[in-house]
This record gives sequence, structure tokens and C-alpha cells, in this order.
Amino acid sequence: MHSAVQRANTAATIAAILLATICAAASFLDAFNSPSLQAHVQVVKINRFRRQLDGNDEVKMTLKMSMDLTSLFTWNTKQVFVFLAAEYETDTNSLNQVSLWDHIVQEKERASFQVKVPTKYPLIDQGTNLRGKKVGLVLHWHIMPISGRMIQGKMPLSNFSLPDSYTTRS
Amino acid sequence: MDRIKFLGDVKIRPTLIQLLNLGMIICSALMIWKGLMCITGCESPVVVVLTGSMEPGFKRGDILFLHMNKEPIRAGEIVVYNVDGRDIPIVHRVIKAHERRDTGEIDILTKGDNNQVDDITLYSGGQLWLNLHHIIGRAIGYLPYVGYLTIIMTEMPIVKYLLIGVLALLVITSEE
Repeated sequence: MHSAVQRANTAATIAAILLATICAAASFLDAFNSPSLQAHVQVVKINRFRRQLDGNDEVKMTLKMSMDLTSLFTWNTKQVFVFLAAEYETDTNSLNQVSLWDHIVQEKERASFQVKVPTKYPLIDQGTNLRGKKVGLVLHWHIMPISGRMIQGKMPLSNFSLPDSYTTRS
Repeated sequence: MDRIKFLGDVKIRPTLIQLLNLGMIICSALMIWKGLMCITGCESPVVVVLTGSMEPGFKRGDILFLHMNKEPIRAGEIVVYNVDGRDIPIVHRVIKAHERRDTGEIDILTKGDNNQVDDITLYSGGQLWLNLHHIIGRAIGYLPYVGYLTIIMTEMPIVKYLLIGVLALLVITSEE
């Protein structure tokens, strides 16, 4: 009494509705996760601090970081993108945010680690304001789900001051 | 398919009602789309990921839900932007943001998670930064695989014509 096409249509519609509901529920449950992570960062060494040919300050440094991101993971988490941003202000700019290092954590088991690395991206200013500048290091994370809403967060870590003069001749 | 009417048998009124139904469906779909545009504040509230430059987070064929508001763009956000003079939107992450004190304008540099270098070569001409007017929206949500159909339809137009043909056939021959 129901044709094959009608049955297929009904089955497909119900399947689609169920899938959408599960995806929405998974994402909704993520909101109840209250993460408590720990992290620590330290500037080991300023490798290079100079003025580039086009006139902007550039800093490269080595960082020592340890962090525990396991509490960010839920069963709906595909990966956590974590990055460390140097944040500071200048006379012309009310906010400067420059990512120094980033990493993708795909498994909860690998979410707690320590690294000592040179910065992945140099800290380049719009201008020459970095000498003696106090820079804040903020850890940011971006939780990317298997489906649904993406969640961002951040945690200010330590501050440090750049040297008063360039370390290499430009 | 025992319900195919012979062409000579077509009656005016049922046909008109069917056309009206079709029109209603199309209008509802359009209303939902435009409504979404208003709620999310973006020209295209849903985009399909076309490249692998954001893997392993986003793969080709995933769809992203976008949202745009007056909140300033900050580092770490995944934005969809259009380069001046080009039509294809790019989905990448903001790695640098400089906000001007006087105008509130923000200079942005983006990079795909899976790329080695930042996007500066993608920006048109001698442009060094993106600004707010380049940004279509921020990605706030994500569904895997759903967009693959759109990619197939764009890259193999025959599938699109086939699909429309089959749908049209079903509409004409259905009883409701």
C-alpha cells in the first residue's frame, strides 16, 4: 500500500531528523563542560630583536611552555587548536595580538605536554615600539567539535619585558 | 511509476494547484534563507569548505555556519573573507590583529592551519592586511560532510542537471 519510493522517502527523512537532533544535542551538552586547565610559559631567550628593512620591529624568541588541556576534551571534541599570543599596546594601536606559536591537539591523551621551542611566527610590530615594551602572553584555545558549535577561551599567563635595545644590528 | 498521467489527460486546475505548491515551497525556502541572513548578519550564513587548508579541523565538503556582529575581530577566530576582486571566499584563522587607537580599524593577518605560510600572498596586489570590510563572517559552528553534494554539483554540473531533472519529474508526477 506504500510504494518503495514513499518508504525510502520516509526512512530518509526520519534518519536526517535523528542525525540533526543528535548533532544538536552533542553540541548542546558541550556547554556544560567547565574546563580547568593549567598552563605555564616562560621566555627562555630572545634570539633576535631587530628593526627590519621596512622599518618594523621584529622579535624571535625561545619559549618554554607546559600545559594541561585534558579538561577541554569532551566526547564531541575533534581537536583543540591552542596558540600563544603576545598582547601589548602602543601609542598608535590600542591592541596588538600576535600569535607566536600554535599547536593542534587531536587526542585527549596527548593534551598534557611540555615544549621548549623557538617561536613559530615572529613578533612583528606596526612600527618601532617594542624596545622596553611590556608584553603579556595569553594562551588561547579553540575547541573544534565533531559537530556543532565551536568554543573559544583564553587564559592570561605571564608578562615579560623586551630589552631596551636591539640585540643585533639591523 | 504507474502514476504517470498521459499528456492529453492533464487538467488545468490540478496542474495550477501543483504549480502553486511548487511556488510556495520555493518561496518558503527563500524566506528561510533570507531570514538566516538577517539573523546571522552575513551575506552567506552557510559556506562549504572547498580546500584542505584548514585540515585536520575542516575538510573539503564540510559546511560552516557563520555569524557576524560588531564585536572586534580577535586572534584565533576563524573568519571567512573575500579578497578584493575575487569571488571565492577563503576560510582561515586570524593569527595577527592590530587595532588602531584612533579609528578602531583592525589590521588582520590570516593563515590556514594546514598551510606553512600565512595568507599574505593571497591578498591582492601589495595589500599587507585584511580589514573588517573584507570579512564576511566568523565561523561559529560546523557540520561534517554535508556540503560535499554542493562540491560535486559545482565540479560536475551534469549531476546538478540530473538532480533537478529528477526532482522536477517527481513533482510533476506526484499526487499531492
